[in-house]
Amino acid sequence: MSGKNGNNRLRAREPLTDTQLLMYISVGIFVVMYAAAALTLKGGFLKPQMIFDLLNDNAALIIISCALTIVMIGGGINISVGGVIGLTVMSCALFLNNNHIESSALSILVTLLLALGIGLGFGLLQGFLVAHLEIQPFIVTLAGMFLARGLTTILSVNPVKVAHEGFQELVKTKLKISWLGYTAQNGNLIPAKIEIGAIVAVAVVIVMFLILRYTRLGRNVYAVGGNRQSALMLGINVKSTVFWSYVISGLLSGLAGFVFLMHKPAGNASVAMRSEMDAIASSIIGGTLLTGGVGNVIGTFFGSMILATIQKIIALSPLNASWWQEMASGAMLSFFILLQSLVLMRKNRSKRKAKQKAAAKTAEEKPSGTGGGTA
Amino acid sequence: MKKKNNASGGLGQLLIPLVALGILIVFNLFRDIGFFSIVMRVNNSGNIVLTGNLVSIIDSASELAIIAMGMTLVTAACGGQDISVGAVGAISGAVFVKVLQGMGGITPTSVIVGFLLCCLATILFKLFNGTLVAVFRIQPMIATLILYSCARSIAYWINGDATPQLNSPIISSIGMTIPGIPIPTPIFAVILVGLLLFLIFRFTSLGIYTQSVGINEGAARLNGINPTRIKLISFILLGVCVSVAALIGVCRLGQLNHKTLLVDIEMDAILAVAIGGNSLGGGKFKLIGSILGAYIIQMLTTTLYAMNVAPVNVKAYKAIVIIIIVVAGSPVVKSFLTNLWRRVRAPSAPSGPRKEGVS
Repeated sequence: MSGKNGNNRLRAREPLTDTQLLMYISVGIFVVMYAAAALTLKGGFLKPQMIFDLLNDNAALIIISCALTIVMIGGGINISVGGVIGLTVMSCALFLNNNHIESSALSILVTLLLALGIGLGFGLLQGFLVAHLEIQPFIVTLAGMFLARGLTTILSVNPVKVAHEGFQELVKTKLKISWLGYTAQNGNLIPAKIEIGAIVAVAVVIVMFLILRYTRLGRNVYAVGGNRQSALMLGINVKSTVFWSYVISGLLSGLAGFVFLMHKPAGNASVAMRSEMDAIASSIIGGTLLTGGVGNVIGTFFGSMILATIQKIIALSPLNASWWQEMASGAMLSFFILLQSLVLMRKNRSKRKAKQKAAAKTAEEKPSGTGGGTA
Repeated sequence: MKKKNNASGGLGQLLIPLVALGILIVFNLFRDIGFFSIVMRVNNSGNIVLTGNLVSIIDSASELAIIAMGMTLVTAACGGQDISVGAVGAISGAVFVKVLQGMGGITPTSVIVGFLLCCLATILFKLFNGTLVAVFRIQPMIATLILYSCARSIAYWINGDATPQLNSPIISSIGMTIPGIPIPTPIFAVILVGLLLFLIFRFTSLGIYTQSVGINEGAARLNGINPTRIKLISFILLGVCVSVAALIGVCRLGQLNHKTLLVDIEMDAILAVAIGGNSLGGGKFKLIGSILGAYIIQMLTTTLYAMNVAPVNVKAYKAIVIIIIVVAGSPVVKSFLTNLWRRVRAPSAPSGPRKEGVS
């Protein structure tokens, strides 16, 4: 009787769960890699601006990685996030160029609502199909990706640049922190610049962390992802939990599209192409399991920072041909994934050994009682 | 839910692909009956070949069908998908062309040696994936993400920045038709690979082992099956499938382009597996379902082209049709329809429902 339940309960009481361990590994890898880059490549890595640049350039990636994390913890997957970004960027760019709203603040607000609306629409549709019609999430979201990409090309095959003045000002708006800045060669102090998108991304990470940890929905998502059957028996409304996780995921992808537009104000059919794979990689490197029930948004954040840093290191290194860059980033990715897996296996093995020892002890003490069961 | 699926039995798994195929055929019958016409025609090189939409569907779905078969095995054994098939296929094609160039020309021997070597290279790359999955226990999607992102660069590195042309009757008889035989050769390749896998499953216990590893790895190990070996075998078989598909892909076009060879085929292959009624979480599988899935996807694309949908917009319509297909085949809709059917039948046949033990 105490097989699986007992194990889970034990694991929860132990000081370091797998989720936390994987998260610490990814944080550690990020710190080590960044330090190594700072020591060997010098250049920009010594300036705080580099970290802000990583955030600025990858704000949308961080947001969609969070969008994936919540779905993956619930045991599903969402590969439509990149497509939704593409569709959102394209439709927002077209809307900004063609609308006739006089106030520019109002038109930006309407654009934001449009972005969120597109994301929400995809989230609601996919959530309904996955949760209530019980279709495999991979097919549903793959169809969602096809739909979003196809709609993007139906809207416009040619690139669309945002000509809206108010929005261009918004793009240029940056938070400047002078004490984190650096002195340029001509003696001017250049303050550190943080884009609005980066702030939004960090806010999303914090909000998602709080939702997953402290709200009923968040805890239900973990329960459903860990074991659907037990969650059902505990009285959790599995369908609505899955549904809302997809809705949140869709909403976040819409937001990511808007953030992307704030970073690069132009719509294009190939915007954020294949970014869903980067987002999945960030979540997994950050310690989320595709099988569900395990994961953490903070880890995801560091996972996407690791990916971003790998790309930055390779871009700054002497290997400049694009195919060398891809091969090197593949090699680094496999190194970190292997490292993570080895640490996890080592930990599990020592845990198993400890358990076997304990079992052997109890068996010695009570030879009649607990013989098997720990293999 | 699981109980219901089991109750519906053997044909249940093939219900979705068959229904989808039926819908597509009926739709095309009403749209334009000429869609199905098959005629004998003399092609550019003077051979008599069968032409028509149906032939071209079955012909051009060959690579997808072959890769979908391998993907089914990996999915069944590992409970995850290999997303690097297209990119590794590019390596495979690059190795094939490199060997042809190295042996100084296209002769039957060089083609055979080239194919064997490209098979070997592909299997090695797939074993890399397989080792990550089976030994290091990394989730398949993330383990294959590595090659997904960098394999095309490796293909580029093998062959330099070139798109070599292969002009030879041998190449065109592999990729298109053999002179004298009116059926495109890739169709035979699908049959060959399918037959090979069928024979393997018929005369060895690999199929049942694969299923048991996919359903419960721990239980399989306790029963004396080595899950690591089974998973590695599934990746090796996928490697063979990928190299055959790459060979067809290269020969069909008569040139190697490492950027477009088998591009985006991984998503379609996974889709084919899923439309075929196989669970993407591993366990039970039916190869025939995946093959049907591949043909359904290709038929859908061809139908859309025949309706004058612009190639860039095909994705959106494809998505809508896929959603309709999977909604029609979803367990909830299925059980709703079964209940409806039973209620309609109930007054006339009071002896009760035929299927029992549903709830």
